[in-house]
Amino acid sequence: MAKLELIHLNKTYTPKVIPVKDLTLSVEDHEFLTLLGPSGCGKSTTLRMIAGLEQPTRGEVRIGGQDVSRKSAGDRNIAMVFQSYALYPHMSVYDNMASGLKLRKMPSGEIRSRIEEVSRFLGLKDLLDRRPGKLSGGQRQRVALGRALVRQPDVFLLDEPLSNLDALLREQVRAELKQIFASQATPVVYVTHDQTEAMTLSSQVALLNDGYLQQLASPKQIYSQPANRFVAGFIGSPQMNLLELPCRENYALLGNSKIPLPTSFAPPPHVVLGIRPEHARIARPEEAITVTGTIILVEHLGMSNLVSLRVAGSESITVRALLSAEQSWQGNQITLAFPPEHTHWFHVETGDRLPDAE
Amino acid sequence: MVPLPSSAAVETSPSPSPLSVKKIVLPLAVILVVGFSLAPILWQVLTSVKTNADIAAVPNVYLPTRFTLEHYIEIFRRRPFLSYMLNSFMVATISTLLCLLIGTPAAYALARLKLPGEQAILAIVLIITLFPYILLFLGLLEIVRALGLANNYLALVIPYTAINVPLTILVMRSFFQQLPRDLEDSAKVDGYGTWQMLAQILVPLTVPALVTTGILTFISAWNEFLFALTFITRESLKTIPVAVAQISGTAAFEIPYGPLAAATVVGTLPLVALVLLFQRRIVQGLTAGAVKG
Ligand SMILES: Nc1ncnc2c1ncn2[C@@H]1O[C@H](COP(=O)(O)OP(=O)(O)OP(=O)(O)O)[C@@H](O)[C@H]1O
Ligand SMILES: [Mg+2]
Repeated sequence: MAKLELIHLNKTYTPKVIPVKDLTLSVEDHEFLTLLGPSGCGKSTTLRMIAGLEQPTRGEVRIGGQDVSRKSAGDRNIAMVFQSYALYPHMSVYDNMASGLKLRKMPSGEIRSRIEEVSRFLGLKDLLDRRPGKLSGGQRQRVALGRALVRQPDVFLLDEPLSNLDALLREQVRAELKQIFASQATPVVYVTHDQTEAMTLSSQVALLNDGYLQQLASPKQIYSQPANRFVAGFIGSPQMNLLELPCRENYALLGNSKIPLPTSFAPPPHVVLGIRPEHARIARPEEAITVTGTIILVEHLGMSNLVSLRVAGSESITVRALLSAEQSWQGNQITLAFPPEHTHWFHVETGDRLPDAE
Repeated sequence: MVPLPSSAAVETSPSPSPLSVKKIVLPLAVILVVGFSLAPILWQVLTSVKTNADIAAVPNVYLPTRFTLEHYIEIFRRRPFLSYMLNSFMVATISTLLCLLIGTPAAYALARLKLPGEQAILAIVLIITLFPYILLFLGLLEIVRALGLANNYLALVIPYTAINVPLTILVMRSFFQQLPRDLEDSAKVDGYGTWQMLAQILVPLTVPALVTTGILTFISAWNEFLFALTFITRESLKTIPVAVAQISGTAAFEIPYGPLAAATVVGTLPLVALVLLFQRRIVQGLTAGAVKG
């Protein structure tokens, strides 16, 4: 249990390969931080620097206020769950869990009681004598988790621990993980590229891209107030509509429609409008600000239909809307409304979020 | 009642044909291949227990009419065959151990560290394994003479080690490459130091590969003939292949088939025993279960 801080962390492999450029963040006790981002954005590299498996080129890693950047992995008192589980194949499940404790010269009575507690909790009691080779994928995953839990470390690190499980098991283990780590005060850093995992598990999400932190916020906020165009496009499925539109006076022009800009910023010549498909809805007759288009594709997703339409008056723009299955429409023309409280505005060049009204 | 079975037979007659191909041709092929490769060895074993009369009989006697151990007794009594075996054993064992001791760390370095010029080093190693080492023979002879190594185990141990190190490096390197790297990282996080990790994690996992490459080296050193023939002239230091080749009859034109066969069998048995002993280790895939399969 200790606060984890990363201060201006940088990892430069070669002048061209710089997976982590400048990363500053902190994780408190009771916090579950997820590092989220596309493949190759430096999530694992960051985690390995925290673990001490990789030396940062610049910057500091602090655990409990102490700079541990020069300490070896074994001296940092962290526990890590690897994507491949990395169990020792020639040792029994019990010895796999005990090895880290034995190396720290813990009395064997205490080792035994810790392993008993954790294995009861994880349902591993009957497997303690087996070798990892004789376990199923899900069981191996649990052993890897157990090996981290018995250590009672200062920080837990998990690198895509669920990615090798099948879809059904993954959901189940995800729920279990949430319970397990809710009962621990220790800070957790969790790496994933699966946004569902990030949204359901974490108290904080750090979205990385291109070696920089794009946004650090709660899952709710990262969904409702994406800090920039990249975050807006990365979070949410189906993806947010991001439309680059010209502005006239204080309207953005989308086909034949004029969408009013918020008064909180001066109208730029061009602007990016963002609206999630699930927030676009069929317009009621009395509404004035609407967008009409021709339906080009309807995808049935069970509970809802994902409708793609080509906007009237601006044929190159397609907008997708997620409409509930009960809603119906006639013909292949449809008129949508974009509720202003769910519309996002971004700067065309920098991609930054433009300030909301009020 | 009678037509029933016959009609059934007619109906099923097309289906047995692919089955019978499998049932007849496959075992036949197995027997042929096994027979082909084992026949010479079997012939040696049989010859070694035949009496001289049976060996010389003109219509060939395939199975011995009388079982005898006289040839075995002869090679151990008339010649110091035990010391030949000891020599072979010493030379092969020492060069195998040296080979593993030198080759394994080199292989680990080549597999895990990003060395500058790694490709060049590997290319050189590969070329050396392909090099016909007989061509080095005259040069080596000069060196052995200059260093006064003749009639010394070292004269054989050093070249055998040198010849086999490149193969050891290549085999062990590919083994280390398929050993998941996460395993070592996980050990570091658990708090293993470098030597503890080597002794408690890496070596136990490496045993199958060590045994496999070790056996290859051992066999090649055990069977080597030319260097052993030239660099060792003292009777008490000779190795098995040389000793077998030098078995000759009492009369100049008599070929002593019996003792020759017995010596061959005795010289091969340790290798067979070695392979059988370690067979389980070779086959066993010890890394199974380290990572999600
Ligand atoms: N040892 C290394 N030497 C050179 N480049 C490396 C090394 N390790 C990683 N990289 C590079 O750093 C970048 C980031 O890698 P990293 O493993 O951190 O990505 P990631 O975000 O974990 O991606 P994924 O989701 O695919 O696991 C990649 O472009 C990778 O090629
Ligand atoms: Mg990764």
